[in-house]
Amino acid sequence: MSKPILSVRNLSVSLPKGADRPYAVHNAGFDLHAGEILCIVGESGSGKSVLSSALMGAAPEGLAVTGGQVLLGETDLVPLRESQFRAIRGRDIAMIFQEPMASLNPALTVAAQIEEVFELHSDFDAAERARRARALVESMRLPNPDRILKSYPHQLSGGQCQRVVIAMALAMNPSVLIADEPTTALDVTTQAQVLKLVGELRDLHGHGIVFITHDFGVVADIADRVAVMRHGEIVEIGDAKQVLTAPRHDYTKALIAAVPSLTPHDRPVPADAAPVLTVQHLHHAYGSVSVLKDIELSLPPGRVVSIVGESGCGKSTLAKAMIRLIEAKGGRVEVAGTDILGLSSSDLRSKRRSIQMIFQDPFGSLNPRRRIGPMIARGARLAGASASEARSRTENLLEMVGLQKSAYWRKPGAFSGGQRQRVGVARALAMQPDVLIADESVSALDVSVQAQVLDLLRDLQQRLNLAIVFITHDLRVAAQISDEIVVMQKGEIVERGTAAQVLGAPQHPYTKTLLDAAPGRGTF
Amino acid sequence: MRKAILPYITNPVVVIGAVLSFGWLFVAIFAPLLAPYDPIKTIAPLMQPGAANPAGGIFVLGTDMLGRDILSRLIYGARTVVVFATLATLTAYLVGVTLGLIAGYWRGRVDAVLSYFANVVLSFPVLVLYIVIIVVIGSSPFNIVLAVTFGSAPAIFRIVRGITMDVASRDYVAAAVTQGERAWRIMVFDVLPNATGPLAVDFCLRLGYTAITIGTLGFLGLGLPPPTPDWGTMVNEGRAMAIAFPHLVIFPCIAISSLMLGLSLLADGLREVSDAQGRRT
Repeated sequence: MSKPILSVRNLSVSLPKGADRPYAVHNAGFDLHAGEILCIVGESGSGKSVLSSALMGAAPEGLAVTGGQVLLGETDLVPLRESQFRAIRGRDIAMIFQEPMASLNPALTVAAQIEEVFELHSDFDAAERARRARALVESMRLPNPDRILKSYPHQLSGGQCQRVVIAMALAMNPSVLIADEPTTALDVTTQAQVLKLVGELRDLHGHGIVFITHDFGVVADIADRVAVMRHGEIVEIGDAKQVLTAPRHDYTKALIAAVPSLTPHDRPVPADAAPVLTVQHLHHAYGSVSVLKDIELSLPPGRVVSIVGESGCGKSTLAKAMIRLIEAKGGRVEVAGTDILGLSSSDLRSKRRSIQMIFQDPFGSLNPRRRIGPMIARGARLAGASASEARSRTENLLEMVGLQKSAYWRKPGAFSGGQRQRVGVARALAMQPDVLIADESVSALDVSVQAQVLDLLRDLQQRLNLAIVFITHDLRVAAQISDEIVVMQKGEIVERGTAAQVLGAPQHPYTKTLLDAAPGRGTF
Repeated sequence: MRKAILPYITNPVVVIGAVLSFGWLFVAIFAPLLAPYDPIKTIAPLMQPGAANPAGGIFVLGTDMLGRDILSRLIYGARTVVVFATLATLTAYLVGVTLGLIAGYWRGRVDAVLSYFANVVLSFPVLVLYIVIIVVIGSSPFNIVLAVTFGSAPAIFRIVRGITMDVASRDYVAAAVTQGERAWRIMVFDVLPNATGPLAVDFCLRLGYTAITIGTLGFLGLGLPPPTPDWGTMVNEGRAMAIAFPHLVIFPCIAISSLMLGLSLLADGLREVSDAQGRRT
């Protein structure tokens, strides 16, 4: 086997005193060869991002590399001073980050930013810099390179920005590329394109790529080798095929088992009943831009409908319009016989009980200053319960969502992301709603926690005969929870049917594109 | 809870600021016990610091031209500053926070109107504004509080409005809305508690500004009516003879500066620590 271009040996990064463990990364070791993609996969807090930034000599503030070697060719990068490292960064080893918009300077054109890399690392003249910048943008398969070069970051889409970031990273043709969740912020179809591009970089130019991700689907699509991290340690490393199909470590097995399947569940679709939620002719516009066009939905109790689509398709606007967090331009949303949109604001307050929402961000959806028990109980009080009823209902709900009764007096800071999302579920249920809207409610969670919260929702939904509108961008999640799936594109419903119909025999070209782009489709 | 306080009491800037600020508070509270003489009693005029009192004892900081003990006047003057600066700042906060919450939460026309008035007031140099108000409505304890409230509330309004707009866009506010919670309860229980960090810092700074303002008004002869001991008035009265008797001016100036410095350091330290905590979470 050829000599590795990057070799990490026994690398340890310490955490500050008082953290939950002494090391962010403990004795990590791997080799990276030219023309190879090594995926480092793990859940949040596994240390994968710290590892990647430590390789770049940029461990986050307060963290220090306490031992081990990072050999780039013959050079050990660990003892290098910042000034020495600066010459290597961008030239021999380059990094791509998760948020493309945040990686680019909003005040400079794309051309100026790429040329800046050459100014730092080469002595090319202005004409040569411009020529090379253009060539890079062309090689990123970006449409209309002239326009892109003259554009500022805000004039480009997220996928275009990420390709510009990759172009900048590749400017000096570094041998090693470190990509930290580079496609996580992108839509699934854009993600597929960027993954394809990354694959080409490996095949055509022989870059060695360290690819950090939490998504086993992405791993299945691009990895040659996989390292699985947990609690700062690499628990398993090996050939992609072996790790994905015959994992050795229990943790890897558990992670892979938790990846939701694209094959719909086979629970029977509940029998038809009178709908508890009816949406008719719902439309909305921001200025002259129409974002919801004539939406029609009907949902009986005890059924889950998923609304899937990419960012900007209007699915979140639909959720907010249904629950009147925004005022739709027109249409009807009938919940248990009352048109929510037609109510005056004072009547609305008393009718809100019937339709509740679970939010996306487990950290942003709970007031950090309020104790969770009273927070949940307040919902029950607003729904008309007496103080003692509210208290006992809250305690029951806490147990029902899998938390201890003793959690009552804690603040949100004491809980993990998954637990907070359970609190969010309890808060919504405290009002005993007929309809529950879940807006990307498991998207921010790690895959194993995601599976638990999905199970919880499914269980509660059956016990309480709830109608759930589940908004998600993730077809895998939709496949597992939904009875019906509605596909939205540009504010319109383009396809609807049972989960089996939509995922098994998609009719609309957009649905087919979405399904094709789902990462790891051949493996899971 | 102990963990939350520890970074504050181990930060030297906070500690120095707190010692100076709370030191003056202590002086104000225990003025009758600390002051060696009656602050408005004429004893012997223009004694130098350390001079002996003919009736026994010494004038540590000397006496003024009316023969009143300067140390005692400074000690009682702390009461004036502490009471009126705090009172004026609190009323300014009451007005600024209430209107800021309303404007930031409802936005739209309410916000446009309130912001318009705030901007009009803010466009005047603050000192000119105070002088105009005091000259028009006259100098009295109540009017000083009124003037400071009028002059400071718009700045507080703007801070609170900004924070409210930010906090009101969080999901936990949306969650409260979807539960049918009343707007005023959302503002009080969901928005305000999450704005306390920046407001605590601003409060300390503004308390300092207000102390200076009250001193300045005293210096300009628009302060509290004599013979109430007031640091600014003391500087003003001593100004004419400051060359020959510098102690008339220097000690009140040190008093004002040290209080202002203490509050500024406290504000800086609080911001420093809360920023560091914000970065860690």
